Amino acid sequence: MANVGTDANPLRVAVIGAGPSGFYVADHLFRQREFVVELDLFDRLPTPFGLVRAGVAPDHQKIKSVTKVFDRIASRPNFRFYGNVEFGTHVNVQDLREHYHQICYTTGAQTDRRMGIPGEDFQRSYSTTEFVTWYNGHPDCRDCQFDLSQERVAVVGVGNVAVDVARILSSTPDELVKTDIADYALEALSCSRVKEITLLGRRGPAQAAFTTPEIKELGELADADVVVLPEEVKLDDLSRATLEHNPDQATIRKLEILQEYSKRGTTGKSRKLTIRFLVSPVELIGDEVGQVVGMRLVRNELYATEAGTLRPKHTDQFEELPVGLVFRSVGYRGVPLPGVPFNDKWSVILNEKGRVINPNTQQPVVGDYTAGWIKRGPTGVVGTNKPDAAETAGCMLEDLARDSILKPKQPEVAAARSLIRERQPNYFTYADWLRLDELEVTKGQAAGRPRIKFTSLEDMLSALGR
Amino acid sequence: MKVRTILATKGATVVTIRPQQSLREAARLLAEHNIGARVAVNEAGEIVGIISERDIIRAAARLDEALSRPVSEIMTKEVIVGLPNDDLIAVANAMTEKRFRHLPIVERREMVGIISMGDIVKCQRDQYKGEIDTLETQIIADET
Ligand SMILES: Cc1cc2nc3c(=O)[nH]c(=O)nc-3n(C[C@H](O)[C@H](O)[C@H](O)COP(=O)(O)OP(=O)(O)OC[C@H]3O[C@@H](n4cnc5c(N)ncnc54)[C@H](O)[C@@H]3O)c2cc1C
Ligand SMILES: NC(=O)c1ccc[n+]([C@@H]2O[C@H](COP(=O)([O-])OP(=O)(O)OC[C@H]3O[C@@H](n4cnc5c(N)ncnc54)[C@H](OP(=O)(O)O)[C@@H]3O)[C@@H](O)[C@H]2O)c1
Repeated sequence: MANVGTDANPLRVAVIGAGPSGFYVADHLFRQREFVVELDLFDRLPTPFGLVRAGVAPDHQKIKSVTKVFDRIASRPNFRFYGNVEFGTHVNVQDLREHYHQICYTTGAQTDRRMGIPGEDFQRSYSTTEFVTWYNGHPDCRDCQFDLSQERVAVVGVGNVAVDVARILSSTPDELVKTDIADYALEALSCSRVKEITLLGRRGPAQAAFTTPEIKELGELADADVVVLPEEVKLDDLSRATLEHNPDQATIRKLEILQEYSKRGTTGKSRKLTIRFLVSPVELIGDEVGQVVGMRLVRNELYATEAGTLRPKHTDQFEELPVGLVFRSVGYRGVPLPGVPFNDKWSVILNEKGRVINPNTQQPVVGDYTAGWIKRGPTGVVGTNKPDAAETAGCMLEDLARDSILKPKQPEVAAARSLIRERQPNYFTYADWLRLDELEVTKGQAAGRPRIKFTSLEDMLSALGR
Repeated sequence: MKVRTILATKGATVVTIRPQQSLREAARLLAEHNIGARVAVNEAGEIVGIISERDIIRAAARLDEALSRPVSEIMTKEVIVGLPNDDLIAVANAMTEKRFRHLPIVERREMVGIISMGDIVKCQRDQYKGEIDTLETQIIADET
């Protein structure tokens, strides 16, 4: 038989997860000229793009335009999309090993981290993961309910996701209607009675995880005043010393913005968005039926670890924050895939530079790779997945060159297709997606919106006349 | 970005050395695994020192039959350790200021990995690259 990676015998690759990492892995494999690659990209959703569709905030349309780059990758003749096909449900490791030389897992971080405090599971305490997927029209969450009749909301964490959620909660119907937010979410948020939103940072302003453009947006909302307490943006001695030693421009800019906010005062807008620092929730307070009515906070002070990080330490000063709704936004978390080694410590697929590692031998599992959030953890913007995917694709090509690949019984494109057709007759192709995309955009144009999303499988199938 | 991001793509084996092993063995282990330093642990698994390529080279230049001597004789005994949640920027600054290049990472007193200045530089480079890529992609997308 001809060598693998030739016209006669192309390298067959399965990529599981059609988020940015999946597309970037495909891109890197297609860009090299040495080997012929035939790649199938799977996703459990009928639609591609992962968090670019279901995570990135609906009012951040500009970043969503990266999907045009992904469209171009998908237009290659040696690329196929199998949407609505879930790894673990419709196909498993064994199936893939019979059809592909290499498998790359790019399934992202599918769940949230927890705070680990009493009361976390009271009603009206939610993870932002659910809320974000809900307002973005992810089919898994379209039936979720959030009690937006509450006036006071706390968002725990000061990363960019927390900022997204606070911003969406503070936006007016007029601001939201210009976005591609899910229809039902637009409706629910238009009737929202939320008036006060408090973002809670456990460390100081100099350690906040949000980035400058995101924090600037909070100061430009149509009908929400942004509030920062002057005593909380005043730098403590440790932070000041660190900044004097290493004047990091991004941090300095963020501090300037926050300090400006602290001088603003409210201007009578309908909503108030307060950014707090150096406080940690220690307990959620519930009423007799187990619904959140408040939160107990402890004030923190900072101390330096041996390696120079400023960490929070609880003091003995507590306060109570009356809130009827809590969103925890303390980070995402990866979940294990059946038959794929997992590293519980970091909640990622056990890997070395993207090569999946067998936990017993500590050697690479031949043919298995990973990239993106499920490889390195839930950090970084869309583009961060590109160098990450390049590293993994590099390992894949290196292993191919030394013939360390799987020897599938049925590497033909058609064989995989008939397996998938048998397991999931309702699979979606990229052409199906392009059709849905066109329908969404057309429907949106009529309403002056970027698109109106399909949010259920049934609607997507019927739109395609299936 | 935090230390844990670097450890996430380094597998799960934590390679260490015993203080009574020889410098020759230490040199061989460093070469084999292509890393610049190894942490010395005692029977209880506690960190007792760290030995780097530089330590070995310096010892070889200074001492007779250096390679037969035990690690404990030349290792650095005051080891600065990091935590998975340490911020990479802070760690990079600490490494530059205090002049160390390898940082063992511990969690609940257990050693869970080691990171080097090189790892941090790569991670930061990838982060900047990623940010630039994100901007670039948006520009390209706008043009099409
Ligand atoms: C709320 C939020 C907002 C963000 N906003 C921005 C932003 O404004 N700008 C920016 O640059 N970055 C933003 N990011 C970061 C960016 O979205 C991520 O860096 C990126 O999406 C990670 O890519 P990924 O491919 O690793 O994972 P994902 O994008 O999560 O893709 C994983 C894919 O795998 C699929 N999948 C999972 N399990 C299976 C299975 N068993 N079988 C088949 N398929 C499966 C999922 O359906 C999904 O499509 C945001 C992130 C979040 C969470
Ligand atoms: N517009 C954008 O570009 C955009 C939008 C959304 C997301 N993203 C990216 O997506 C990634 C994920 O974002 P993210 O916001 O989920 O994560 P993140 O940036 O890691 O932020 C998590 C936040 O939660 C805090 N936290 C963690 N545990 C906590 C606890 N027990 N109690 C209180 N606070 C706690 C963290 O504080 P500590 O720092 O003290 O740990 C941090 O403020 C990031 O890289 C982000 O930049 C980008």
